[in-house]
Amino acid sequence: MSDTPLLDVRGLTTHYVSARGTRVTRAVEDVSFTLRDGETLGIVGESGSGKTTLALSLLRLLPPGARIIAGAIRFEGEDLLAKRESEMRHIRGKRIAMILQDPMASLNPLFTIGDQVGEPLRVHEGASRRGAWERARELLGAVRISAPNARVRNYPHELSGGMRQRIVGAIAISCGPRLLIADEPTTSLDVTIQAQYLSLLRELQRAQGLALIFITHNLGIVARMCDKVAVMYGGRIVESGPVRRIFGAPAHPYTRALIESIPKLGDSNGRLTAIEGQPPDPAALPEGCAFHPRCPVRLEKCATERPRDSVVGDEHRTACWLHG
Amino acid sequence: MTPLLEARGVVKHFPVRGGLFGGPRKVVRAVEDVSFVIEPGATLGLVGESGCGKTTTAKLVLLLERPTAGEIRFDGESLATLDAEGLRRYRHSVQAVFQDPYASLNPRMRVDSIIAEPLVTNERLAAVELGERLRKVLDLVGLPARAAKLFPHEFSGGQRQRIAIARALTLSPRLIVLDEPVSALDVSIRAQILNLLRDLQRELGLAYLFIAHDLAAVAHMSHVIAVMYLGRVVETGAARIVATQPRHPYTKALFAAALPSHPDDSRDDVVLAGDVPSPLDPPSGCRFHTRCPQVMPRCSTDEPKLATVDGREVACHLYDSAEIARAAAPRG
Repeated sequence: MSDTPLLDVRGLTTHYVSARGTRVTRAVEDVSFTLRDGETLGIVGESGSGKTTLALSLLRLLPPGARIIAGAIRFEGEDLLAKRESEMRHIRGKRIAMILQDPMASLNPLFTIGDQVGEPLRVHEGASRRGAWERARELLGAVRISAPNARVRNYPHELSGGMRQRIVGAIAISCGPRLLIADEPTTSLDVTIQAQYLSLLRELQRAQGLALIFITHNLGIVARMCDKVAVMYGGRIVESGPVRRIFGAPAHPYTRALIESIPKLGDSNGRLTAIEGQPPDPAALPEGCAFHPRCPVRLEKCATERPRDSVVGDEHRTACWLHG
Repeated sequence: MTPLLEARGVVKHFPVRGGLFGGPRKVVRAVEDVSFVIEPGATLGLVGESGCGKTTTAKLVLLLERPTAGEIRFDGESLATLDAEGLRRYRHSVQAVFQDPYASLNPRMRVDSIIAEPLVTNERLAAVELGERLRKVLDLVGLPARAAKLFPHEFSGGQRQRIAIARALTLSPRLIVLDEPVSALDVSIRAQILNLLRDLQRELGLAYLFIAHDLAAVAHMSHVIAVMYLGRVVETGAARIVATQPRHPYTKALFAAALPSHPDDSRDDVVLAGDVPSPLDPPSGCRFHTRCPQVMPRCSTDEPKLATVDGREVACHLYDSAEIARAAAPRG
């Protein structure tokens, strides 16, 4: 194991500022984590928890109005925040790739599959059109598309949802990236197709030694795919650690409630443990711990003082006054 | 006891025009020979992937579509023979809650008008009575009385789904069709709504037709599960049995594909190859044979019929021998 992690994020803070600068939404606050080669990290959170903004911050693909205020992102030892935009373009798609939720929105309806899978190779590696198509055929084979020779000539609308998402996967791995960020990659897929896709990602990861970041609201995907988890709430990581620790002994009341609120196959008929209230508006986060209005075990100071990050086990950290 | 709702051999075909120049007409066989019963106060869960016909089935029950063949009976009466008054009563008794509470509530109406609309159109009630009923249903779904004067955009997704449920409850229905009622909601909110639906079922004796792709949620909510594949029911029985000891290879694959609730609960990885075939041109014989890991020669030619296996109904040739043995035994 090398000393420098593949990705080292420290104190990352991203805010959305309204046009007049009067309203500030603290989408991501003081987020830190590391990822080693070949590791899989699940970032779990509900809508508004900041998980997608975090992913976009890593690639510096933020929409106008969003700004990285503080922190550092070191990838392969280099500071991504110090890079010029032109340098970032050489990293995106080549060394860090991303898969988004809706494959139909990620594919251009007017170009053939061969053109789109080959595009990163032409852009990043200067491959010829012919050479890129040749590689595209191999890549389609690698993502288990049958009859790749015929499929390269197809347009996205001629393929099923599962196939489209595999095409997006082929584009993502085309330049042999070190890190793949997948934002809700299987939400639009059927259950058996989702299972296919997840095992495909596993295979690709093993074959290429990829590090993976899964952005998801689905704890099942985390349980199935990830080595470690970071749980986000109100823009902050409230708990992080190895996946078995998090599921076996969750330290933060939010994590615990989330795990308990999910129906489990086989034990039916009991009431589910519900979390009262709803996730906070990221533009108006509660004082103190953002989870305190919904927390079943809150203390008095939770409403006023923000809990510090504390270590509760091997690589297991949480930000909760119960442990601070 | 007569079942509340009974579907017998229901078929729904949609004709589609073939091509630009009116080529051969094709037929989407959305629902093919589907039978099920829903008992009063009980939940039937329909599971399956896109194109399996579960939403068409829901539409047939809601009378938004008429079956091509077969019949649906409510309280023992066939829907096809109901007169205008009978249909009006049926539509009172069967309500629906849909997936997206952002799309199913009119953004220009206040909550009280949304909830009271079924009452205003169906019953002549004095304003006082109307207000009374309104307060009652708001209370039932756990919304404060002041919610009545607000617009849908002032609520979160979970609360909007409560409004949609309140609207479904105003006419005191006996059956509610729930089409993916929690899949648009945040994870921490889903349990709230599922708990609410169960409480309402117990308090009001409601029956549910529950449709969702989240298998664990369906298994949790349902008394009986029917698994559909390309328009046919391939396995049906008590929820507990079907979910934990599936027999049909498709049901096995489906529940194996369901995500684990803990990193250590490893299941047999049955990963199905290929995509769901088009219902325009379903495979011959057993419709699942093109993806089945245990396919046999006869599966591509003979359509398997539902037969009782281990306390539930399965349509699969793997269990033919059991069926033959049972048929050979003297009839009682």
